Amino acid sequence: MVSPSAPSSGTSHAIAPLLSVKGVTLQYRTGEQMVTATYRVSFDVLKSDRFVLLGPSGCGKSTLLKAIGGYLQPVEGEMLLAGAKIGKPGPDRAFVFQEFDQLLPWKTVRDNIVFALTASGKLDKRNAIERSLHFIDKVGLAKFAGSFPHTLSGGMKQRVAIARAMAMEPQILLMDEPFAALDALTRGKMQDDLLQLWEDTKFTVLFVTHSIPEAIRIGNRILLLTPHPGRTKAEINSAGTDTLGADGELTSARIQRLLFERTGSIADV
Amino acid sequence: MSENHAAHVTRPEILHAPSNDAAGFAVTAAPLGFWAKVYANGTVRKSVLLVLLAAAWEIYARVLNNSLVFPTFSSTVGALFEGIGTGAIPRAGAYTLSLLLKGYVTGLVFAALLTAFASVSRIGADLLETLTAMFNPLPSIALLPLALIWFGLGDGSVIFVLVHAVLWAVALNTFAGFRTLSPTLRMVGQNYGLTSFGYIVRILIPGAFPSILTGLKVGWAFAWRTLIAAELVFGVSSGSGGLGWYIFENKNQLRIPEVFAGLLTVILFGLFVENVIFRTIEQRTVRRWGMQH
Ligand SMILES: Nc1ncnc2c1ncn2[C@@H]1O[C@H](COP(=O)(O)OP(=O)(O)OP(=O)(O)O)[C@@H](O)[C@H]1O
Ligand SMILES: [Mg+2]
Repeated sequence: MVSPSAPSSGTSHAIAPLLSVKGVTLQYRTGEQMVTATYRVSFDVLKSDRFVLLGPSGCGKSTLLKAIGGYLQPVEGEMLLAGAKIGKPGPDRAFVFQEFDQLLPWKTVRDNIVFALTASGKLDKRNAIERSLHFIDKVGLAKFAGSFPHTLSGGMKQRVAIARAMAMEPQILLMDEPFAALDALTRGKMQDDLLQLWEDTKFTVLFVTHSIPEAIRIGNRILLLTPHPGRTKAEINSAGTDTLGADGELTSARIQRLLFERTGSIADV
Repeated sequence: MSENHAAHVTRPEILHAPSNDAAGFAVTAAPLGFWAKVYANGTVRKSVLLVLLAAAWEIYARVLNNSLVFPTFSSTVGALFEGIGTGAIPRAGAYTLSLLLKGYVTGLVFAALLTAFASVSRIGADLLETLTAMFNPLPSIALLPLALIWFGLGDGSVIFVLVHAVLWAVALNTFAGFRTLSPTLRMVGQNYGLTSFGYIVRILIPGAFPSILTGLKVGWAFAWRTLIAAELVFGVSSGSGGLGWYIFENKNQLRIPEVFAGLLTVILFGLFVENVIFRTIEQRTVRRWGMQH
């Protein structure tokens, strides 16, 4: 992997990043207007990272995730997954969306997962069934394997979506506010469950949220984005709980300050 | 102050010990009484209505007592059974049906081609919209005189009008279904790296199935009415006639109960297709999937 001339460059990472985003600018063209969603965003995700993108609504988090998913091409910069340029959407990046309608309504819970595995050519039918049941069990829905999605609650649907994405065993899981539409109780439970699942297989996940507590809870590394258009503001570590840093400031307070402090003199008023 | 609050008695907190009282609740179905069960059954309700209508028909026809204008229900049923017995009605029905299927299936093929073209290109979408806007309001039967000039007297011209009856309804609805498929589902489909054909067959078509089914139903209804009208008015296919022709011929010979029997057959068959065949498809698909309620 490592070429002989490499060591002279950046020394911050001992290992090559799994996902590398370099100076990516993303724009939407709506009629005659161009909307810039993110501007020259750069970050690296290492293997087994729980990498969180955090920023206010409209700062381009979903857009960034969609670009990594291959649904949108950057107008500037490049994105590499395991060293290869990201092109079209593919099963090496599995998506979990915020919306509850991401399950195919005409397939049962089990068949949603089986379909994902067979359609992407990962497994044959028989092995796909076996693996789907394994992951359905992992997210605690064994009793509902034969149910159609419309008979499940919102939280259960998100569990299925997570099971489906994990069953694909992608290089990276892309989660776009998967718990945002859930009530606080269910949300906390789902966060714990996700961490539990991560303990099992140490998958790499890129997780989008606009909730500071969720970012601290889920992430081991948090990228803060500025409001529209999104630019990188800071990249900080998280210990999993809201702890006091060396300067005696709570992580949450620090994030709050970094996200909302205004540049220039007005901030001092 | 304190008097205002006097109404608020401090109540003790209540903590319920976990109990299994409700355990039975989740599984037992509440048994319905006999009449409630009967009333809850749509088929039973509708059957009762049908019987009442038939009775009203019988009574009115007897009072009128003019079988040339309005034969009784019983004589119509008699004529129906006689027609079935002699094989005249089954033969006419089979003929009509085979013609209908030919036209319907051809229409579906054209609709599929047009929709596919519309899905892959903007020009195709424009074409579909323009053609549909032009031809959809045109009753198919109005094309029959023209079809007779182009295809001559016979099956060809009937199939032509049937295709016209089916094509626009199915293409329009299918395309609308494709368009309104949720962006999330689209992205999920693309995530699996399906080929474009696989994507259409395994994501777009099932995702748009409620609309497609509506198109199929509307198309069928148009085609059925058009066909009977075509046979009836133009007696298009001389030689071996269909149901419309059966009605037409019997009217010419003033055998009015037979005319009514023919009409009854048309109604029964229409009911069967719309309420049994399509209803079954609907229940097995879109209802089961919770895509339509
Ligand atoms: N399909 C689109 N067409 C045009 N502009 C868009 C489109 N989707 C998003 N945008 C614009 O891009 C910007 C970023 O949107 P994006 O959905 O990525 O924000 P977000 O950070 O995910 O916000 P939220 O937390 O509310 O989900 C917004 O200003 C929005 O107006
Ligand atoms: Mg978003």
